[in-house]
Amino acid sequence: MTEVVATNETILVVGGGISGMTAALEAAETGKRVVLVEKRPFLGGRVSQLYKYFPKLCHPTCGQEINQRRIKMNPNITVLTMAEVTGLEGEPGAYTATVKLTPRYVNDNCTACGECAKVVEAEFDNEFDYGMSRHKGAYLPHVMAHPMQYVLDPRIIGTGDAQKAKDACKYDAIDLDMEERETQFPCGAVIWATGWKPYDAARIQPYGYDRFENVITNVEFERMADPKGPTGGKIIRPSDGKEAKNIAFIQCAGSRDRNHLFHCSRICCMASLKQTHYVVDAYEDAQVTIYYIDIRAIDRFEDFYQNVRAMDNVGFVKSKVANIITDKDGNPICRGVDTEGYHRYENTHDLVVLATGMEPSVSKSDFPVDIVINREGFIEPDPANGGVFAAGSASDALDVNRAVQHATGAALKAIQVVNRVAGAEG
Amino acid sequence: MSDMNTAMVEKYRNDFLKEVVANVEEGHWVKMCMQCGVCSGSCPLGPHWAHPPQEIFMMIRAGKRDEVLSSDSMWMCTSCYNCIVRCPRELPITHIMHGLATYAKRLGLAPRNQPTSQFSEIFWNNMMKRGRVNELKLGLSLYFKDGFGQGVKNALANQKLGMNMMKAKRMSPAEFFGGHGVEDTSGLQKMIKKAEEIELARLNANK
Repeated sequence: MTEVVATNETILVVGGGISGMTAALEAAETGKRVVLVEKRPFLGGRVSQLYKYFPKLCHPTCGQEINQRRIKMNPNITVLTMAEVTGLEGEPGAYTATVKLTPRYVNDNCTACGECAKVVEAEFDNEFDYGMSRHKGAYLPHVMAHPMQYVLDPRIIGTGDAQKAKDACKYDAIDLDMEERETQFPCGAVIWATGWKPYDAARIQPYGYDRFENVITNVEFERMADPKGPTGGKIIRPSDGKEAKNIAFIQCAGSRDRNHLFHCSRICCMASLKQTHYVVDAYEDAQVTIYYIDIRAIDRFEDFYQNVRAMDNVGFVKSKVANIITDKDGNPICRGVDTEGYHRYENTHDLVVLATGMEPSVSKSDFPVDIVINREGFIEPDPANGGVFAAGSASDALDVNRAVQHATGAALKAIQVVNRVAGAEG
Repeated sequence: MSDMNTAMVEKYRNDFLKEVVANVEEGHWVKMCMQCGVCSGSCPLGPHWAHPPQEIFMMIRAGKRDEVLSSDSMWMCTSCYNCIVRCPRELPITHIMHGLATYAKRLGLAPRNQPTSQFSEIFWNNMMKRGRVNELKLGLSLYFKDGFGQGVKNALANQKLGMNMMKAKRMSPAEFFGGHGVEDTSGLQKMIKKAEEIELARLNANK
């Protein structure tokens, strides 16, 4: 790991998801020096876990590849993966950042040949697939990972597996002596792009996510639809592996609910409409039911919504499901009362997908810097934040399109600060 | 139709929602309902109501005054609070139901012979005598509310329950002669009377 060379004119970007990458690139391509810090072993964030984008139903890997290439080509960007900002001191134009670097146990010699993974026996839940698959103790986070390097899970360090991996490596890329370390460097402005995480569905007690195998979340469903995902792209029931053709989507699972998330997460309506396409494309005799309070497919997304609405095998029920029970075969049954006529229903499905909302990935109490956080846990644009600017879904629940626009704006704010520093230093 | 009912109809004309907001306890919350339906789906007695809470709220907004106030729905609420804990907008639905029932009763529009309403009245009168519930007399008044013959039938049908309550010391035959009460019964009665006066004055001021 190289030492970070930085000055007060450097911009620190925290988080290497789509917003962080965009902010880093926009700033770097104007000639500013940027340090991009990412907690996971790869860039791309949650977007890399998506199968398709709405509304075009194209693949995120395409745009990601372009971004990765731009980053590789740009000498102004230093990327630190498996790194976390633990402290930020100072004032706009003169901050000192403290970053904790977690060992990857793999150095830049790695060619991603995969020999180490073949010999390692230990397996762990794969966080990339939300625990729906397992990865080896030596693993490549995903096929499009950047940097394209393997990682050793710290849980195999000190076991025989670690030595086996080292012995199998032909390029001397495995270094078992790497240790956690801390580094400090100066920066003039900070772009905070730590993004979002799915709301913990188990907390919505009546839906039984923690009790019923055939009740899953929309992020898990997204992995399931991906040919590179845990089921090889097959839409099946977790309980028995049967084809899931009759699927229910429950909107506002956690969002717009004062017992859970105060805000509307904005993306879930479009996500479920997009995922309806996955089901309809996979099975000719598919039957999809969307339970909703109101569909928030705003502006140009209205077309997308109307097209799904017009499908013969897609039903819309205006009602928030009250609770879910299961029958003896493990089929989830959605119960409630609809708003269009107040009919009581009990509908049996093969699989229920909860359209869980977004919550900020950093909780209010865990911010290592002084920053103004709103009731929902997102960062407020406030003069008190000084030279720290939120980008993307750290600032609000945003889809990719809006997150990228927001990140570009944040880059401009940061550039203004470091330009003032440059002017003063002349 | 009571005088107060005529006065309220006169005052609020076509705006039943406004009337509810002004006169029903917790009535202002009705405006906050977003019609998701979680309350109706969560109600254990749901299938037995004419109109579940979500529908009642919509009927209020739609100005269906007579249908709402003469409905038996509010009287079917058992105060289990399932709707309150699940409501995404934290509406105190149970309390609104009781508020609507009370208001309907005051206007003389509550359905007659509705068992819950009858029981509430018997319970209230029983408790107000001595400040404590006289279980024996409460049971007897409930059994005999529909006449002597039906009362004997009811009492015989529930004989075992009564005997068990006595065995468990939850009910005593001695209660028949007065029974237990609070220390200062007349003080309590004065207090409640004053409270009723205040409430009535508030309603009258709204007329």
